[in-house]
Amino acid sequence: MRHHITLRIGPATFRIGSAWAQPIAELARLYAAYPDVRGAIADFTVRLQPTSLARRFVRPSIFITGDHGLADAAPMRLSHGLLAAEMGMNLQMALGWRRHLLLHASSVEKDGRVLVMTGESGSGKSTLAALLGERGWRFMGDEFALLDLETGAILPFPRLVSLKNRAIDVVAGEVGDARMGPLLRATAKGDIRHMLPRVDAVARMDQGAMPALLLFPRFGHDEDVRPVGQGEIFMRLTQASTNYVALGEPAFAALTRFVTGVPARAIDFPSGEAAIDLVDRLWAELA
Amino acid sequence: MSAALLVRVLRDPAVAAGLDPSGWNGLIAAAKAERLIGALAWRLDDAPAAVRPILEDAKRDAAREAQQALWEADRAALALAPLGLPVILLKGTAYAAAGLKAGQGRFIGDLDILVPRDAMAAVEQALIAAGWEWVKEDAYDDAYYRQWMHELPPLIHVERDRLIDVHHTVLPLTARQTPDAAAMIADALPIGDGLSILSAQDRIVHAATHMLADGDLQGGLRNLWDIHCLCMEGSEADEDFYLSLFEAAASHQLTAALWRALRLSHRLYGTPVKAYRTPITVDYKLRWSDRLFIARLLARDGWGRETRKLLVFAFYVRSHWLRMPPLMLARHLWTKWRKGHRPQ
Repeated sequence: MRHHITLRIGPATFRIGSAWAQPIAELARLYAAYPDVRGAIADFTVRLQPTSLARRFVRPSIFITGDHGLADAAPMRLSHGLLAAEMGMNLQMALGWRRHLLLHASSVEKDGRVLVMTGESGSGKSTLAALLGERGWRFMGDEFALLDLETGAILPFPRLVSLKNRAIDVVAGEVGDARMGPLLRATAKGDIRHMLPRVDAVARMDQGAMPALLLFPRFGHDEDVRPVGQGEIFMRLTQASTNYVALGEPAFAALTRFVTGVPARAIDFPSGEAAIDLVDRLWAELA
Repeated sequence: MSAALLVRVLRDPAVAAGLDPSGWNGLIAAAKAERLIGALAWRLDDAPAAVRPILEDAKRDAAREAQQALWEADRAALALAPLGLPVILLKGTAYAAAGLKAGQGRFIGDLDILVPRDAMAAVEQALIAAGWEWVKEDAYDDAYYRQWMHELPPLIHVERDRLIDVHHTVLPLTARQTPDAAAMIADALPIGDGLSILSAQDRIVHAATHMLADGDLQGGLRNLWDIHCLCMEGSEADEDFYLSLFEAAASHQLTAALWRALRLSHRLYGTPVKAYRTPITVDYKLRWSDRLFIARLLARDGWGRETRKLLVFAFYVRSHWLRMPPLMLARHLWTKWRKGHRPQ
């Protein structure tokens, strides 16, 4: 394709091709601190291509696809090209990655142990991971936590953090504009702005660590902490995994070990500050 | 053309030794797009460190798919056991069940089975009783399948989410040739547990038909790879295998499709075909039209994109043209168009 870039994030290398220059230029700027893997053999190909011949030029419309595609993926406008590229990488991971159990979760590390947070979109897990990453924790990822099938370790996948709506100002105020991507208005998920992880998070993106605590955060409620039964956790995590079924028995074994070995709580919180206090408290008690 | 590279490497894995990273990227993207990455993984013993995990993943996926496909076949056999019919597996599931080379690393989608036409109603009822249900809600599609197709409208299992295609012959009833399905069923080979597969000859005739007399050549390189692998195994066991193959094809009025499939497979994958002067005359010289087929088969670039849109579209039209008389085709396409169907 005319415009392309190769990126490595954690254990996965992506070759991203685009019919337009803009998304690739934005990726090149935002991923400048990541390892230089020009000319590498990629695990996945991502393509940002026009939905039709005309739509390359007139009201450009991006169809996201690659090695693995979804026929009914909604097309996106060119001004959201960066988001399209990020979604393209997610899509390849979700549908094609087989080397670890993928958990749709954010993760941060402290003292060599990992806090995993999982929940539906809007639960606050991305924002919380981003904030913790600025306050003494190492940010490991906000989209996928990679569970090693043999060792049980969590491996980082620290892509850009995708912040939505109200979370944008909260986090931008903390990290400053230099580490923020362009504001993408009115996407399918509202306003989105990407944040660059700290340099140390990128530098250590090949270092995994053992999980010590699992949280199910829920933003926008009065503060509360509840225990969650292991059967419930197992079920929720299988639902939060895109490759659990594809991996079969090794995934069952790894997930069983994770669920029985890692303490877990559901937490509600009204604000980011309250959440951070709560996480620190639970980390001191449980992990 | 990275599809050409893919063909070269499948034919001779040593070619891969000379690839640079960009060559590997093109090869892998084309193999994934053609769903031949599993077959490629089985062919390549040696690859750069960055490629090995990709190939391992492909092998693992294929193994899981085979396991899932065999389980699905087992469930169908169980559901149909009371009918006392031979349940004949077709395509990928058959190759996996019989441990054939064509099954190595093969992508397996739906379960395809062949049953006698006069048993279709009973088969349908037995499958529905065992938890399969209709996929197509559309009355036109349903009626069209029942009147004109060589199979029931696809059924999906309510719990396992897997499709089954129940065939009673190998070509739509609207096609100009009428294969002898009863003979295929009579010649099928039992493989145990209530399942059978087609004879070595009919397997290839069926694959060639599926590829050339019915399809628009989507996934054609993979279909041709099946044919290549089946031919390799068939001709190893029997010196005059190709003679019996043409005999089988003739009995099904499918000589043209078989012959072309062998020409293409010989040309692209180096299938060791055998020419005859007597009792029939068979050569494997390329015809001018074969070049169009080859161009269509290789229409894939190093990013995994389909190229040569016009040619691809022409083959789409051809697939319908082969299947239906012109007036019927026009009516069918018009009905589908009004319902919002557009060719890719």
